Amino acid sequence: MAVDILQVEDLRVWYQTPRGPVKAVDGVSFGVLPDERLGLVGESGSGKSTIALALMRLIRPPGTIKGGRVRLDGVDLLEVSEEHMRRLRLATIALVAQGAMNSLNPVVRVREQIVDAMRDHDERLSKQAASARVASLLDQVGLRAEVAERFPHELSGGMKQRVCIAIAICLRPKVILADEPTSALDVVVQRQVMETLRRVQEQLGASVVLVGHDMGLMAQFVHRLGVMYAGRLVEVSPVRDIFSEPLHPYTQLLIASLPSLEEKGKFQGIAGLPPSLLDRPTGCSFHPRCPFAMPRCSVEDPRLQEARPGRWVACHLYDAATTEANGAKAASTGANIEVA
Amino acid sequence: MSALLEAREATKVFGGGLFDKRVTVALDDFSFAIESAPPRVTAIVGESGSGKTTLARLLLGLITPTSGQILYEGHDLQKLAGHDRRTFLRDVQMIFQDPYEVYNPFYRVDHVLETPITEFKLAASPAARRALINESLRAVGLRPEETLGRYPHQLSGGQRQRIMVARAVLMRPRLIIADEPVSMVDASLRATILDSLRQLNQQYGMSIVYITHDLTTAFQISDDIIVLYRGAVAEAGEVDLVVRHPRHPYTQLLIKSVPEPNPEHAWGSVEIRPEAADLEDGAAQVEVSGPVGLLPTGVAASVAAKAHGGHLLTGCTFADRCPYVMPMCHESPPPLFRIDPGRAATCFLYRDRPALASEELNQVMAAERGATAR
Repeated sequence: MAVDILQVEDLRVWYQTPRGPVKAVDGVSFGVLPDERLGLVGESGSGKSTIALALMRLIRPPGTIKGGRVRLDGVDLLEVSEEHMRRLRLATIALVAQGAMNSLNPVVRVREQIVDAMRDHDERLSKQAASARVASLLDQVGLRAEVAERFPHELSGGMKQRVCIAIAICLRPKVILADEPTSALDVVVQRQVMETLRRVQEQLGASVVLVGHDMGLMAQFVHRLGVMYAGRLVEVSPVRDIFSEPLHPYTQLLIASLPSLEEKGKFQGIAGLPPSLLDRPTGCSFHPRCPFAMPRCSVEDPRLQEARPGRWVACHLYDAATTEANGAKAASTGANIEVA
Repeated sequence: MSALLEAREATKVFGGGLFDKRVTVALDDFSFAIESAPPRVTAIVGESGSGKTTLARLLLGLITPTSGQILYEGHDLQKLAGHDRRTFLRDVQMIFQDPYEVYNPFYRVDHVLETPITEFKLAASPAARRALINESLRAVGLRPEETLGRYPHQLSGGQRQRIMVARAVLMRPRLIIADEPVSMVDASLRATILDSLRQLNQQYGMSIVYITHDLTTAFQISDDIIVLYRGAVAEAGEVDLVVRHPRHPYTQLLIKSVPEPNPEHAWGSVEIRPEAADLEDGAAQVEVSGPVGLLPTGVAASVAAKAHGGHLLTGCTFADRCPYVMPMCHESPPPLFRIDPGRAATCFLYRDRPALASEELNQVMAAERGATAR
């Protein structure tokens, strides 16, 4: 059984507000295998982007990481010093942020931006070696070598996003976090950028955690999918299983709400609204909108448990199945799952 | 009978200047008529730079065409005044993309619903006003008692967008132009908003122009579709024909690129010439030639357009990315070729089919053909 390269346990991130703490991420656990592409999907405010920032330890006040463990390749990222973390960023774990293409410095040529990133981690990098590396990185992301001499405004959105991927992989990280990497791009370009990301990930043998709201993109890109609702993971399963047989009622309704190009008129919204994270409902956060809610759902918090082999769900509907199959040990993490 | 709202050979260019002859052609020789009966949902689909938002702003009279006309019941929109203008402002309603920016944070949301009632004297008494507001809110699936009296920041994006739909309903318009109404709304609420648009069409008989970059939702709610690419029509006609059996190479590429929410249906293989892979997004640019001199850009562009039979573009806008490109594609813009009774595409691959003039686009729309059949 392969061992997770990234293991997140009981991660909690709160934002302090005058009206009390907003629990943006409230006890999330998952694991990622080497080579694996894991998706975290959720609607606005579900906590998915906060997880990406927390894994990079880039949460800024009023946000704080309240607890949990993030083990990457044996190191707990939440324990190491700030300087150690700075060295790990990019070298071991890299982030392609939402709208990353706007994070490029407009007055610096592409070459220098890539070299800067590498120099920050290796001061002795020779000029020649840097040049060769820039050329090969650009080639890896499907850009011509002369792009190195251009300024960001001379590039199209898709090209800029490829440059950001080149920077993210310049030190061969083990985990690439991609937070809505194509949200501002047209679909044709989006497809090309996602295929580039997949190719470099496979070449590097890295893992990818793709954060987003687009179920279509998830279906096309990831091996395994985690569904977030109100700061928690409600389901983690291989992507084919989630689409063919969603277990959690929220996942079921979410999938039913997706319009398709194949069939007409078969999509429906989910009644009600996501809860306020300041005033979360007692018990399961989804129970006010859930068509299968039982009395215990408003009282007892469901834990993420393995309802079927490899399929984890936080819902009381599956309590019986889990008890039979796994006994009590199942619920500790939602993570160490072999991918089919 | 004249159409409710019609774009006739409308061209819009931006940019250029005294010495800069390069202009951005946002929309090139576009003609399309929206009838109010039978009420139809027409999708205008395109990516960034396709001209879809320019078209919406032209149809609303927010900007004027560089050449060509926008006609409301046969009258030039720019010349409407007095009573006619007020009727237009009531007949044609807009729903914008961003449900956050349209609200004034200092007013309760009631304000955006009360203002049009006062302005257009839609209610005789406070009770009638209340009833009208409540009915409109219910029509879009909101409970008045949970919505009224709140400030914009107390509502979610989906709720705010539904209030904008309710505001449009209140006016009982004949046409609603919705520009990306759901692109900033979460998936679970998107379906509800699209459903309420569809309801307006069916229950209240309102025509809807649905402008979007999202082919999937366009397919779901519309009867007809117009696919724009860099300011020109690529393909147009009945939505089932265009989406299920696209014929224009651009429409084919677009449909193959949509990530289907189904892991069993992997992204189809797409032919993109490698040297064309980086050619992407952005509107078409052309150099205005001829006796331009010191003429203002707009005038110069319209002179140039007239000299080229209405077109500013010098070839097919998709030629540099097209896997089937032929020499003729660079020479002149392809006209609409009528491939099926209910669909036309501007592509020389179909040059053996009858050509349509741009103002004959409506002939392939289901509404037009339905009306003639009756």
